[in-house]
Amino acid sequence: MRTKETNRTWFRRGLKNGIPIGLGYLAVSFALGIAAKQAGLTAFQATLASMLCNASAGEFAGFTVIASNAPYMQMAVITLIINARYLLMSAALSQKIPEDLPFYHRLGMGYFVTDEIFGAAVSVEGQLNPFYQYGLAASSLSQWALGTCLGVLVGNVLPERLVTALSVLLYGMFIAIIIPPARKSRAVFGLVAASFAASYACSVLPVISSLSEGNRIILLTVALSLAAAVLFPIADEEA
Amino acid sequence: MQRNPYIYILIMFAVSYLIRVLPLTLIRRQIKNRTIRSFLYYVPYVTLSVMTFPAIMNATNSPVAGLLSLAAGIVLAWLGAGLFPVAITCSAVVFIMSFVL
Repeated sequence: MRTKETNRTWFRRGLKNGIPIGLGYLAVSFALGIAAKQAGLTAFQATLASMLCNASAGEFAGFTVIASNAPYMQMAVITLIINARYLLMSAALSQKIPEDLPFYHRLGMGYFVTDEIFGAAVSVEGQLNPFYQYGLAASSLSQWALGTCLGVLVGNVLPERLVTALSVLLYGMFIAIIIPPARKSRAVFGLVAASFAASYACSVLPVISSLSEGNRIILLTVALSLAAAVLFPIADEEA
Repeated sequence: MQRNPYIYILIMFAVSYLIRVLPLTLIRRQIKNRTIRSFLYYVPYVTLSVMTFPAIMNATNSPVAGLLSLAAGIVLAWLGAGLFPVAITCSAVVFIMSFVL
């Protein structure tokens, strides 16, 4: 049942829950704007990139490619590798939406898959209404574009400690998403603990630590999720 | 030769969008295989955990501030606090610790 009324309720809920995401985005994209300026982009070009790509690490890497005037092919490959985790997230989201969800909603939802929006959207109980994702995107990704623009235009005016503190909002959000299910399910609890440990190990071990952060995320996500899926398959009513 | 920034941006856009939209448009029905479903169910928890730690320690001026922020967030979320209060607390801990450490 997807009535206009529930769509509106979901959109409003998304708008509200997107506010902390947006605050974090504003801080992070401000730093992104500074990087874009260093790469020689104008405020218009940087803002356009943020509106089109909605990706933090991906855009950072992309601006590095632009700064070095590297071949176009390199841009395609780097964007693919760094953003590959979105493939897994979209696949997970595809299981949260109604089977008969129209094509244009699928095109729309795909546009707004970011780490944070995904986290908020996937933690909804039961099926996901696309308007929840649109609401989340409206209040958060607008800040992403705005922050990028401001970063190019005004650079370092905010005190550094404030920018640092704001950037932690995103991690706080991740914590708020993973902890409640970890409290309910021992499998998720163990998985979160194992992920923390493995992620830390990969950041200090030789060879693996030289991989880009994006690649480490993909590697760990595939390995640990697969192990968990084999060891603790979910019951039919979950997910 | 100086390359065109708009073509760079267009490539960035095309690749990032395709990655996100293909699974949503190609996977049209509920997956029946229990292992794949379990895998996709666990993906978000691993991804978000891996992105949070140890990154939160490097995002702050001192690793201790990051750890304290993480601990505060975990305790609050465990006690049932919502998204916004948890996020604000984590951020506030880092802000306050930047004066202390």
